[in-house]
Amino acid sequence: MKRIGFIVNPIAGMGGRVGLKGTDGLAAEARRRGALPRAPTKGQQGLTPLQNLDFDLQLFTPPGEMGEAEAKREGFLPTVINRHTTGDTAAIDTQYAAKMMRQRGVELILFTGGDGTARDIYSSIGETLPVIGIPAGVKIHSPVFAQTAARAGELARLFLEGRLHHFDLAEVLDIDEEAYRNGQVKTRLHGYLNVPVERTRMQNRKCGSPLSEKVSQNSIAFDVIDNMQEGVLYLVGPGSTTRPIMENLRLPCTLLGIDLVMNGLLIAADVNEKTILDVTKNRQFKIIVTPIGGQGYIFGRGNHQLSHRVLQRAGKKNIIVVATQQKLIQLRGEPLLVDTGEVSVDQMLAGYIHVTTGYKQQMIMKVR
Amino acid sequence: MKRIERSDKVRNGFHQAKWDEPIIFELSQKGERGIQVPHAEEEISAQIGDGISAIPSNMRRLVPPALPEISQPRVLRHFMRLSQETLGADVNIEIGQGTCTVKYSPKVNDALGRLPGMTALHPNQAEETVQGILEIIYKTDCFMREISGLDNFTFQPGSGSQGILTMASIIEKYFEERGESSQRNEIITTLYSHPSDSAAPAVKGYKIIHIPPDENGYPDFEAFKLAVSEKTAAFLVANPEDTGVYNLRVQEFTALVHKHGGLCGYDQANANGLLGVTRAKDAGFDMCFFNLHKTFSTPHGCGGPACGATGVTAALTKYLPGPLVEQHQDRFILNNSNTYDPTSVGKVRSFLGVAPVILKAYSWIMSMGAEGLYEVTKVAVLNNNYMYKKLMEIECVDAPYIKGKQRIEQVRYTLEKMTKDTGITTGDIQRRMMDFGMHYWSSHHPFHVAEPMTLEPTETPSKEDLDEYIATLTQVFKEAYENPDIIRSAPNRSVCHRVDGSGVDDPKQWCITWRSYLKKTQVN
Repeated sequence: MKRIGFIVNPIAGMGGRVGLKGTDGLAAEARRRGALPRAPTKGQQGLTPLQNLDFDLQLFTPPGEMGEAEAKREGFLPTVINRHTTGDTAAIDTQYAAKMMRQRGVELILFTGGDGTARDIYSSIGETLPVIGIPAGVKIHSPVFAQTAARAGELARLFLEGRLHHFDLAEVLDIDEEAYRNGQVKTRLHGYLNVPVERTRMQNRKCGSPLSEKVSQNSIAFDVIDNMQEGVLYLVGPGSTTRPIMENLRLPCTLLGIDLVMNGLLIAADVNEKTILDVTKNRQFKIIVTPIGGQGYIFGRGNHQLSHRVLQRAGKKNIIVVATQQKLIQLRGEPLLVDTGEVSVDQMLAGYIHVTTGYKQQMIMKVR
Repeated sequence: MKRIERSDKVRNGFHQAKWDEPIIFELSQKGERGIQVPHAEEEISAQIGDGISAIPSNMRRLVPPALPEISQPRVLRHFMRLSQETLGADVNIEIGQGTCTVKYSPKVNDALGRLPGMTALHPNQAEETVQGILEIIYKTDCFMREISGLDNFTFQPGSGSQGILTMASIIEKYFEERGESSQRNEIITTLYSHPSDSAAPAVKGYKIIHIPPDENGYPDFEAFKLAVSEKTAAFLVANPEDTGVYNLRVQEFTALVHKHGGLCGYDQANANGLLGVTRAKDAGFDMCFFNLHKTFSTPHGCGGPACGATGVTAALTKYLPGPLVEQHQDRFILNNSNTYDPTSVGKVRSFLGVAPVILKAYSWIMSMGAEGLYEVTKVAVLNNNYMYKKLMEIECVDAPYIKGKQRIEQVRYTLEKMTKDTGITTGDIQRRMMDFGMHYWSSHHPFHVAEPMTLEPTETPSKEDLDEYIATLTQVFKEAYENPDIIRSAPNRSVCHRVDGSGVDDPKQWCITWRSYLKKTQVN
């Protein structure tokens, strides 16, 4: 008997058709403007490939249109997990469902929605369970979704059949919808979900192979570690590309924070700007950062601890940027970006910079 | 009598042979033989013994090799069937293998390669007994010099990648002799050059710096300026790159490297659009390599034999692998001075390279003549740009960079719009094209161009052939919008249907030998 969880955010995607750039907190307005739910249909399409398996499958879903109804329409008899709230569905329902599913021992969660839904799943279960996103939201910036609903279902089937071998952390990105409605794009890195690395069905499909992406990250780590100097303090920034540096040093890692390393030892974990300014005073130090996938920000998004004051003190030559070639390709010819809030520091960083893309391998990238 | 309907260019009735042929080891029957070798007559045995005991005992097998035991007709059937299950260059319109320059290899050149005077040669024969092949190698060297402007060539490298490795080895030896090898440890290349331009020098221990394209697809010169320094050993680059875009400012790149004391190596795997138009030396390069199995028509032969003819300037000739063939009056000799000189590369392969391949290239060049080579380039570029124009008229096809300008001999297109509209990917199109008996290639990984399609017609196809390939692609793109399921399930008329690719990423499922297959599939 295999167990998987299935969650539908029934209002996901409603805002897009009626020009709301997201549906967070605006489901009623979207309905008033004539938006029709699209996520339930997508969710249902995602379940179709799970029919006629050679083994028993126990499907856990929240009630009603959050999964139960779609599952029944596809001929499944789901085990229903109660909702946290009553009335209109809310983010907390998704969070609660994911948490309960983990408690019930599911091996995988298949969820339907957009970036907001991915955030809810992340905030509830983090990286503890494999997940696959069925794309149905207005915003699909996070590479945690399959290309289509059917392909998400196919991936889930491969997983259940033991034929999906590679998983990795993918970024959960979301923009501030309120700011976006006012014409500003403010992307934030919220965390990482554990998703399949697969070429033909996932939105992260462009990688050479699941193995090569992992190998590239490790080879970057080996290059950085081999070039680390005695007595120099290293500020290791957040991200799944910098994480293998810490892993290969056999040090614990703060995925969303800044860790301090010197002489192969962890000096402090998850430090703030003040601590950084204190410890770097009159000391030689280097900063290791990776751009946010698909966005290209190396400073000013997701690593505010590395403030313009810190960067000014470090200088451009003490910044080590790391990224796999795949990650740089996904910028589609756009430069790396900086937004430190201080024009002079942005200008100092602008121009071109060496980016370590593998062991003894670099790419020269434009910075704006 | 009714005429056969031929108005549709697309081969909708194609179906490839499917023999479901077992692996040859599975056909083995104990005791079955292809030939019964008679015992030697007594008189012969008395002279030479049993034919085995003269071999030193440490070189003798204790048990015979576990080869398949199989009769002659079954062997013949086996390989004929396999040959019908492939899409070789002789049965399909070879346009779809962009960057591979798969052109027609005239059969007469194969026939020359099979002449006893060629096949009976042994590379250890004395010079005076192999004057014919030495003359051919020397003259082919002279042709390569004329085509590139460089001064000496070796034919030892057995592939394009080994040609690049040879260039990297020459670079290493050059700086070693100057006492600069520890300082000059960086090789610069571009993102759209062949991956071997990075991989081969990386094998030699160089640090590799990639230059991305600018908004027009040319290597970003500003980034290049930051990359070049006193650490630069060399710049290795293809031009045109795999996009079919030719870097017009290449001389500025090579001049900057020379100014900083580095060398420049030209990856001329993409030379089919350059014959008689540009020369490596004139563009400022110190060395280059050509693939005889691409531009010079010798068959690709399933990954070999091949030849990455590598040439250098006079100043670098002393580093070339030896021996070099030279002409002394009316004799051709092997000059081994490089072979044993520790400051040279020494050797990169046994003897002089694959002699029949050099012979076929020589024969092809002789049959074309200088004007013919220039014609090859003109027709290859014309074919490519005809196809480019026709394909760009299809709504879902685009090609990044230099809009409205011509490409050289190939184009890397993007099908991103089709994928966004329909979910059908370039990989799906590749599989569907097999249903029409046609090759199709996307790109090296990782994909720098989204949903790439790389096509290179060469000078071989006629307008009819080009139109058939274009019509077939057009129909498949239409299917993507109107009947995507037929593409998702493709290939439907090929040797096998869609293969479950999940094992590709699972080393536990890899079997690269029969023995490993038996081991991994053993029933306990």
